Amino acid sequence: MTPYLRLFRREVRLAFRQGGEIGLALGFFVLAVVLFPLGVGPEAEILRRIGAGIVWVAALLAAVLSLDRLFAADHADGGLDLLALSAMPLEGAVVAKCAAHWATTGLPLAILSPLLGLLVGLDARSIALLAVGLLLGTPALSLLGAIAAALTLGARRPGVLSSLIVLPLYLPVLIFGAGAVEAGIAGGGARPHLLLLGAFSLGALPLAPIAAAAALRQALD
Amino acid sequence: MLTRLANPARFMRLSGTVLPPLALATVVVLAIGLYLALFVAPPDYQQGESVRIMFVHVPAAWMALFAYLVVAVASAVALVWRHPLAEIAAQAAAPLGAAFTFVCLVSGSLWGKPMWGTWWAWDARMTSVLVLFFLYLGYMALVNAFDDMSRGARAGSVLALVGVVNLPIIKFSVDWWNTLHQADSVFRMGGPTIDPSMLWPLLIMGLGYLLLFKTLLLVRMRTALNEAKARALRLAAPQRLSTAPPLPEPEPVLR
Repeated sequence: MTPYLRLFRREVRLAFRQGGEIGLALGFFVLAVVLFPLGVGPEAEILRRIGAGIVWVAALLAAVLSLDRLFAADHADGGLDLLALSAMPLEGAVVAKCAAHWATTGLPLAILSPLLGLLVGLDARSIALLAVGLLLGTPALSLLGAIAAALTLGARRPGVLSSLIVLPLYLPVLIFGAGAVEAGIAGGGARPHLLLLGAFSLGALPLAPIAAAAALRQALD
Repeated sequence: MLTRLANPARFMRLSGTVLPPLALATVVVLAIGLYLALFVAPPDYQQGESVRIMFVHVPAAWMALFAYLVVAVASAVALVWRHPLAEIAAQAAAPLGAAFTFVCLVSGSLWGKPMWGTWWAWDARMTSVLVLFFLYLGYMALVNAFDDMSRGARAGSVLALVGVVNLPIIKFSVDWWNTLHQADSVFRMGGPTIDPSMLWPLLIMGLGYLLLFKTLLLVRMRTALNEAKARALRLAAPQRLSTAPPLPEPEPVLR
């Protein structure tokens, strides 16, 4: 366990120390949400109706924006080669990196989301559903994002490319995440949506690192 | 079989002999299918003449899925056995699949306007086919994003395999989520529910589309191989220039 924990701690420490990268993603998240009331108009009724979707879309975009942090720097300075050579399986290293990525993007996004829920006029129950949904769904964002980040290592314009690759894969998370809040507003049960979100993250946990590690090995060839 | 075809020269020879009859069969079958679909098949009792769009739309949807399956299987073969032609096949099939997906989306939209009263609905099957279209685009963009072409090909292979998750979702979306798009009426448990007078033109159109896909796939693979050969010749040319004055004519491109 120790090498994984050590890698996790290193990643988190780097994220905190490298010039406010966490703040950058969070700032983008808040700004993207704030744009919508200015764009569609400040009527509380409309905002309440689409609020959850807005927050989820903004979370997706913020997650995509932070993907290049996963492997690019380590690829550039050779750290990734050392990781691949270490006794730790590359899949495990990917899991540790994803966990750190989630702890520094998905988790802060989920913690910040109640505030944004208030901004778009959601009620208390919807806000709770939004935050829980983000907590359950964002691990899948980090894990699937790792595949795209690994595939686009060394590509021309990797940022645009990885968003093109990964956003179609993110759709189920968006659908069930926003669907949970919507079902809560409509009076139905939000439970199935949340369960599916959790299932999606749990399914991505063993599968995505395998694909991401395969992509990393090719990038290092 | 797989290893025998691994030799590009042998593949060029074989595909060269197969291609003309295949292209002829495509034209004949598509002509028969279109005639049956547009003139012989009866108008639907509910949809009227608009049902004829179905003969273009449904086979395109089949081929959109089939082409992705080809891309995925070829990618798996390329990753596992490093088969030299598999990557070429995958890359050749992807734009074809994207085109079939596009035809499927557009024809479905044209049919949806008079029938459902809307060009587009965010129904489960339509959305998942749209995702398939984006998967194709992402695959093609990724393959072409690297200066080192082999790196692009291998990255694309991994992505193609990741995207396979979407195929069963498209296939079963109409059964799982009971939304706007009608359920399957041809490939279902308990036999087709579509009338034989429409089933036969549809199946012939499906065969025509399949032949068209195979013809274009072979043409694209041959073009890709020829391009690779031409590139190799171009790279080798300056070295020859520097050595001896009487230049041999560059080898003719493989036929």
